[in-house]
Amino acid sequence: MTILNSTGLTKVFGQTIALNKVDLAIEAGRVIGLLGPNGSGKTTFLKLCNGLLTPTGGSVKIADMSPGVQTKAIVSFLPEDNYFSDWMKVRDMVSFFADFYADFDAAKAAEMLKALNIEPSAHIKSLSKGTKEKVQLILVMARKARLYLLDEPIGGVDPAVRDYILRTIISNYNPEASVIISTHLIADVEQVLDEVIFLKEGEIALHEDVDKIREEKGTSVDQLFREVFKC
Amino acid sequence: MAWQFDPDRPIYKQLRERILLKIVSGAYGAGAQLPTVRDLAEEAAVNPNTLQKALSELERDGLVHAQRTSGRFVTGDKALIKQAKNDLAKEQIDLFLKKMAAIGYNRQDAVVLIQTIEEAKPK
Repeated sequence: MTILNSTGLTKVFGQTIALNKVDLAIEAGRVIGLLGPNGSGKTTFLKLCNGLLTPTGGSVKIADMSPGVQTKAIVSFLPEDNYFSDWMKVRDMVSFFADFYADFDAAKAAEMLKALNIEPSAHIKSLSKGTKEKVQLILVMARKARLYLLDEPIGGVDPAVRDYILRTIISNYNPEASVIISTHLIADVEQVLDEVIFLKEGEIALHEDVDKIREEKGTSVDQLFREVFKC
Repeated sequence: MAWQFDPDRPIYKQLRERILLKIVSGAYGAGAQLPTVRDLAEEAAVNPNTLQKALSELERDGLVHAQRTSGRFVTGDKALIKQAKNDLAKEQIDLFLKKMAAIGYNRQDAVVLIQTIEEAKPK
C-alpha cells in the first residue's frame, strides 16, 4: 500500500528551483529519513505534501488524494517553526488539537507531557524554546495518523529527550502508518530508519534501505552522507 | 539504554548476534518465550522492521520459532543451541588468529603463547 506518491514534483521560487521533478513512492509501515544539506529542498517537499505550497509542476498524492482537507485528517505534520500563540496554555493547545483532529489521543498527550515534566497549566510564553518544541512534537505524535511528516524533530532538544522522541516513534510503530523525518542528525536516527532519501539541490540523489547501504557499501548512512555531500 | 552498533555492518546482522548471544549465554533459556518485537525494538531503540528481520534469520536457523497466538520462543533443542555456541566461539577464535597472524604469529605459535601465558599465571 502506497501512502505517498509524487510524480515530477517541482517547485520554483523566482529563479531558484527548490525541487526538481521528484518521483517518489513511500509504502505504509516505513520510517524514512529525508536527508540533505541546508537548502536541498527538504522543507519545500514537506510543505508541498501538506498543501502549504502548491507545486509549480507535477503532483503529490497522499493515499491517492491531493493535499487538502481530507489529507490533513490523516497527515500529522511537525513544521520547523513554532506556531503557538503566546497567550495560550499548554492545556489550551491540547484541547485545540482534540477539537481539530478526530484521531487525536488526549490521554496519550497527557502521558507524554508527564513523561517530559511539562505542566499542562504552563503558559506557552513561559516555556523555553526547547520545551515549546517538545510540546509541539507531543501534539503531533499523539495523533493516530497514517503519515507523520516531521521537519527537524530532534534538532533543538537535548540527547535524553532525543532518545525519548525516537523511542516514541518506535513504540508508535504501526504497519499501516509511515513516518518521514527530515534531519541533519543522521547518526542519532539511523538505527530507527528503514530507508533514507538523500536530497541534493532539489533532486533525489539516493533512495535506499539503510541496511542495504551498510551491506553493499560497508559504511553507515552518516558516513555515506559525509562522502556524497563533501564540501 | 539504546544498543550500540558498528557503523560498517548491517544493523539486522548485529541484532541477530546480540539476540543469539542472549540465547547461548542462557539469558533467554531453551524453550523460553522471547519479548515481543515492539518491546525488543524499544529496548534496543531500533526500527521494528529491522528487528523483525533479525528474528526471521534466527527462525530460519531453527533457533527461534513463532507460535501463532502466543509469540516467539527459543528452541527447546539444546544440541542446536550448543552448536550455535560452538560456532560463535569458533568465529571469535578465527578472528583472534587472524589478528595474531597480522602481528606475525602462526597458528601453532599462537597456541603455544597462550599456554605459556596461562601456565605463568599464579595459581
